[in-house]
Amino acid sequence: MKQIVIISGKGGTGKTSLVASFAALAGTSVLADCDVDAADLHLVVKPSPVSSHEFIGGKVAVIDGERCTDCGTCTDLCRFDAIAGESEERAVDSIACEGCGVCAWFCPGQAIDLVDAVEGEWYLSKTRFGPMVHARLNPAGENSGKLVSLLRAEARSIADTRKIDTVLIDGSPGIGCPVIASITGADLVLVVTEPTLSGLHDFERVIGLTRHFAIPSMVVVNKYDINEANTRRVEELATRLGTGVAGRVRFDPAVTEAQVEGAPLVEHSSNGAASDVVDVWKRVRWTLSEGGFVT
Amino acid sequence: MIEEKGSYVMKIAVSSTGPSLDAHMDERFGRCPCFVVASAGESDFEPVDNPCATQGHGAGIQAARLVAEHGVSVVLTGRCGPKASDTLAAAGVLVVTGYGGTVREALEKYNAENASS
Amino acid sequence: MRIGIASGKGGTGKTTVATNLARVAAREEKRVVYLDCDVEEPNGQIFLEPEVKWRRPVTVPVPEVDEELCDLCGQCGDICGFSAIVPIGKKVLIFPQLCHSCGGCRLVCPLDAIAEIPREVATLTAGEVDGVEYFQGLLKIGEAMSPPVIRALKAVAPQAELVIVDAPPGTSCPVVEAVRGCDKVLLVTEPTPFGLHDLELALDTIGCLGIPCEVVINRAGLNGEATRELCRSRTVEIAAELPDRRSIAEAYSRGEMAVDVDPDFRDRFVALLHRIEDQP
Repeated sequence: MKQIVIISGKGGTGKTSLVASFAALAGTSVLADCDVDAADLHLVVKPSPVSSHEFIGGKVAVIDGERCTDCGTCTDLCRFDAIAGESEERAVDSIACEGCGVCAWFCPGQAIDLVDAVEGEWYLSKTRFGPMVHARLNPAGENSGKLVSLLRAEARSIADTRKIDTVLIDGSPGIGCPVIASITGADLVLVVTEPTLSGLHDFERVIGLTRHFAIPSMVVVNKYDINEANTRRVEELATRLGTGVAGRVRFDPAVTEAQVEGAPLVEHSSNGAASDVVDVWKRVRWTLSEGGFVT
Repeated sequence: MIEEKGSYVMKIAVSSTGPSLDAHMDERFGRCPCFVVASAGESDFEPVDNPCATQGHGAGIQAARLVAEHGVSVVLTGRCGPKASDTLAAAGVLVVTGYGGTVREALEKYNAENASS
Repeated sequence: MRIGIASGKGGTGKTTVATNLARVAAREEKRVVYLDCDVEEPNGQIFLEPEVKWRRPVTVPVPEVDEELCDLCGQCGDICGFSAIVPIGKKVLIFPQLCHSCGGCRLVCPLDAIAEIPREVATLTAGEVDGVEYFQGLLKIGEAMSPPVIRALKAVAPQAELVIVDAPPGTSCPVVEAVRGCDKVLLVTEPTPFGLHDLELALDTIGCLGIPCEVVINRAGLNGEATRELCRSRTVEIAAELPDRRSIAEAYSRGEMAVDVDPDFRDRFVALLHRIEDQP
């Protein structure tokens, strides 16, 4: 069973569109939408729900007004400025609260309870391309990294149980907690970037991350024809850093048309960017099966 | 055979899907629903619930504390994360990964590989 | 006026809007501060090209146990909600990357055996260019948590007539940390199905924080109607529309500022600036 994660460093480079096309090309796979802040894969792969579950991210402190003596110890000790107000108005701001439990531990009147924080929901669904796990984090939700880890574990478990070879993971932009949780233990990371200075800068940082965790990587340059000189710079940098080059995808209005239609690009058209995507998938598949690049 | 050295009895914990010797192992150290702790011969065992199974980050670390508190010397499991490994090492607990099958099979395999001459 | 530039979806044009707004404001001789709060992948420097004035590390406090004083009572392990400090065997293990710096372990230790020591997680950079005071946070690769870095960045920024906060993408805690304290948020979107869907999520998030917001439609073209309809139904104003031009995409790819290469874009950004300033 192989796990492929598609990330980008910079946002908006085309990860989700690519994952949807890979799902269509891969036969049956387990799909995991780990971009839990802004999940979009479901708009194209059209899952039908099987089950939904609460996601408890951590704890949150709640002050019981009846037991509170207004001593202010909690406000003084809180490192996250999450407790403010006076007398009956003293309350915990649940968005600022980190759930560390210090206030509850030291409250002289034991007036603070540390309760489970429901930060969102996750779903098991089925799609034409295979089972899918995805989630919705509540607005201003925390612990997105934990939610990603949960989705990864579920996806692995489904792949094991149903003997499905491939897990396709749609990741999120950046290099922080949710991205780290997306890539650890993966067999291959595919970085989708764009031929811009911003894309180049962010690509270098995200490869720094894959190298930090010693995970093999490849890169694909999307909308490469916007700037062919920068495209070459990305590919040269990739080669210097030990990242494989999976290919290039041209700018094509069909990409948005497919999105509007709610279908993977490779089902919407067969030429233009769609044929570039097919080539990229072939190279990714070959790398996975041949043991490919190791950073 | 699991050795008895005077009054010291070596305990082995196996990460398991259920509280019996015939239960299938759970490959994951930190998130298994329970451990089967065997001592002084396979017939004598104790199931230990793992409340850390549903925790977020840190499940492995807390599971390591749990087995250490039960006086376990050896853990048999499928895979174990680096922080949990570090915690077990600090407690002087040996962790052996790559095990599978039923709990009984895992214990038999370990005994066979470690039989003293 | 402290204005946050955010979005749900990545790549919609936050940095484009934030940097170009900063440039036109500085040219009108206003005191402008630009904060690049996308500490995982900052890009503002590519367009503004500031002259660096100073760099400083960002540290977070993590525990250190004095083993001579410690008697392994285990209370630090009990209070820690993140398994970052683990008394086990004859020692106390510390996993600094899991630590949230809450200070609980130090407070609880009955023997005062725990001190907090600084751990470096990021770098802050300050610079200046053409009247824009520029500040950036850059998270070390491999570090997981952005919010402490964003807090540190906000703390060094001075007050000014116009403070522009360039937020990271998404709807979770890094964005919340970045825009907290802003008088207004501009949500930058693109008129695609993904852009529309993520705009709804972003409106929910900013709504939760009670900060007034408006929308900027970037790469606006023929598909903008669904976005305008969403804004109407949520009674959110559209502050500006930026047209979809290949010439702008190419200029962006070279690190050039839109207001420097396209007079129509410059006019739109000036109009956006005045709109922001004229509102209560």
